[in-house]
Amino acid sequence: MTTFTVNGKPVESSSAPDTPLLWVLREDLGLPGTKFGCGIGQCGACTVHLDGAAVRSCQLPLAAVEGKGVVTIEGLSTDGSHPLQLAWIEEQVPQCGYCQSGQLMSAAALLTATPNPTDSEIDAAMTGNICRCGTYQRIRKAIHRAAGGAA
Amino acid sequence: MSRAELSRRDFVRAGIAAGAGLTIAIHLPGCSPRAPVVTGPPFEPNAWLKIGTDGVVTVVVDKSEMGQGVLTSLPQMIMEELDGDWTTVRIEPAPAGPQFINPAFGLQGTGGSTSVRLSMRPLREAGAKARAMLVAAAAQQWGIEPGACSTENGFVKETGKRRKLGYGELATAAAALPVPESVTLKDPKDFKLIGTPAKRLDLKGKVTGTAGFGIDAHPEGVLVAVVARAPVLGATPTGFSADPALAVPGVKQVVQIGSGVAVVATGYWAAVQGRQVLKVSWSKSPLAGLSSEGIAGRLRSLAGKPGVTARHDGDAAAALRTSAKRVEATYEAPFLAHACMEPMNCTAWVEGDKATVWAPTQFQSGGGLGVQGITAKLTGLPETAVSVHTTFLGGGFGRRFELDFVIDAVQTSQAVGGPVKVIWPREDDIRHDFFRPVSLSKLSAGLDDDGKPVAWSQTVVTPSIMSRFTSVFGPLPKGLDGTAVEGTADIAYAIPNIHCGWVDADLGVPVGFWRSVGHSQNGFMAECFIDEMAHAAGADPYKYRRDLLANAPRHRGALELAATMSAWGTPLQAGRARGIAVVSSFGSYVAEVAEVSVENGRIRVHRVVCAVDCGMVVNPDIVAAQMESAIVFGLTAALHGRITLDKGAVVQGNFDSYPMLRINEMPVVEVHIVPSTEAPGGVGEPGTPPIAPAVANAVFALTGQRIRSLPLVLGSPAA
Repeated sequence: MTTFTVNGKPVESSSAPDTPLLWVLREDLGLPGTKFGCGIGQCGACTVHLDGAAVRSCQLPLAAVEGKGVVTIEGLSTDGSHPLQLAWIEEQVPQCGYCQSGQLMSAAALLTATPNPTDSEIDAAMTGNICRCGTYQRIRKAIHRAAGGAA
Repeated sequence: MSRAELSRRDFVRAGIAAGAGLTIAIHLPGCSPRAPVVTGPPFEPNAWLKIGTDGVVTVVVDKSEMGQGVLTSLPQMIMEELDGDWTTVRIEPAPAGPQFINPAFGLQGTGGSTSVRLSMRPLREAGAKARAMLVAAAAQQWGIEPGACSTENGFVKETGKRRKLGYGELATAAAALPVPESVTLKDPKDFKLIGTPAKRLDLKGKVTGTAGFGIDAHPEGVLVAVVARAPVLGATPTGFSADPALAVPGVKQVVQIGSGVAVVATGYWAAVQGRQVLKVSWSKSPLAGLSSEGIAGRLRSLAGKPGVTARHDGDAAAALRTSAKRVEATYEAPFLAHACMEPMNCTAWVEGDKATVWAPTQFQSGGGLGVQGITAKLTGLPETAVSVHTTFLGGGFGRRFELDFVIDAVQTSQAVGGPVKVIWPREDDIRHDFFRPVSLSKLSAGLDDDGKPVAWSQTVVTPSIMSRFTSVFGPLPKGLDGTAVEGTADIAYAIPNIHCGWVDADLGVPVGFWRSVGHSQNGFMAECFIDEMAHAAGADPYKYRRDLLANAPRHRGALELAATMSAWGTPLQAGRARGIAVVSSFGSYVAEVAEVSVENGRIRVHRVVCAVDCGMVVNPDIVAAQMESAIVFGLTAALHGRITLDKGAVVQGNFDSYPMLRINEMPVVEVHIVPSTEAPGGVGEPGTPPIAPAVANAVFALTGQRIRSLPLVLGSPAA
């Protein structure tokens, strides 16, 4: 049994300890907002926060989160009011939307560490997140907007 | 192209990838099995519209939302004529059913950048008829003539008076009235919603993780399956040993289905673990000897054949012989995978006398054709017993017009007797795609003494997409697959003698519709070759094109706008150059100017200026977003995209070997829309074709290297 917290709530999972956190979240804990994209940590669709840091949950075995705190897109805010979520809508970022949970979680970790990022800091933090719809330009704008709003 | 001119074949000719469309409100009932059931409101004047007594307007969208915005743009059209209150609109995805089979296409599906084009008239009429009924209901209640009433923002008012009734208050009475036979649509100058950048209705769920994609469907008790697929294309299982897989905790069953051997488990990870240890023996495939080098050689040898004539104006052969100057070149493009962000998946539950399918699909259709049709065929059930829930699509691009992932789920559910979700690992998604076809074009042009073209002769060698779809779209007209030559046989340049022929290179490799279809490679080849002709003529590539487009005003308009907005001809900083291209597809005209440099031997694109003439615009911000998206899609292919085969197996498997453009490579993209009152054109696909040639032409301007194969690599053997 692995015990940890998800979005502030204590949870436990009896899944095999090598099961990637992604599938524990999606299939055992009923949190499908975190997405499967590649399974090898190359696309960022499965990004969540582990003790505040952005991690690829498809590469994180369940055993590695014992006693730690996980935050998923469902916990970024309770009502979609995180400055990044608001900025994402203001800039009309998502198209198909599939990668956007991961994009938002990467962006949130960036803003925590770097409240007013430059374009190159945004690129460095967001290069691990693929968007096949090509919303990158709007993602940059939305991150700047959220940063400005938070400043 | 007007709506009336579109036929079912145009659905494909226009390309089947991204459409344009509608947007939905926060909730997508039916999209997720967990969504609450909504009871039917009292006023349902047609298949697309429901008005509740609470005034809430529900628009039923019969196009798949795969990012292109149909859940917003289609409601904009219906709400415009309804004079509804935009803040009350809700969206509901349409089920599969005969009422949603588009009369022009004879199918229910999304593709060919046709959503706005095909839906505009029926949806505007649907809104206008509902409005007329609401007006009639109010007039009846007040005892006045309908002509004395007007509508605004969800209310019927007595013109010039204070009294008014909300649509919700009128819904029950309106439902009892006859649907008018005909209605007068608004004059476009009176539009309040069409032409405005209304915010997308589907974004709240997409920023909170609650939007329901196919992979999120989870009916009670659902099992998850992963399929062991042939390592060599075309092989089939000859036997398997299930025991090692069944020994994996969580694995429940191992069953053979059409595409391979399905490992069915309590969850994805167990299914994958089971598949890893499953032992399958495979038949020897006729494709086992196929390699990319062999394919390239075969295409080259086929280029000497005459092929099926796609266009024949004047006498290109004779004009070539007598021309003052000749330009000759051979261009090549590789197979490409779609790589939708959401890997292929589908959930099905075949139980007794009914079947339910949750599918991220572009092709819901019944009538023996799409998801409903294939499910009925596989199960022996009538189509009326097959429910299709269209989820959000995590990308489509033409890939989700296919039914292979649906067949997987239906067959596995049949085999295990319960609900099953089949998920394709990314490697399956890349390796078992219906690829953008490999293609080769042999081109010759003749110029006169002034450098003006007198002849264009081309042989296109590429496999046929459409020959696999004759049951859906009919036989190839005169033996020609139009998708093989679209984007080049239809060039608009004033050249008196043009010949274009197509040689079918039947390789046995599955090929399909990939965003902008034939235009994706043919636009590259034709627009680079015209650049070569301009260079041979000693002319500026923009002016050379413009002069040859004197009788093609919409091409020329887009070209001129892109040139103007990019400040074509003005100096750039050292180490940079511009390239230009213009391609018409799906009823729209798109010109792009790319600004590039070379950094560490690699091509870097800094800025793209895009000008689009897509006729009447429903939502300019969605048009801009689709151009941005299509440019990134095309740029990914131009800089990185290549699927290769080795001994019949696809070499690439995931994003490490089949890379995508990432944010660090993202250029600044500016989109400018040509003002137009023409009928709407498509927007999902037309932005893709011009980007590869614009970049290649810029690289030539910068380096003098003419790269004639994709992806664009400096110093490659084809340069």
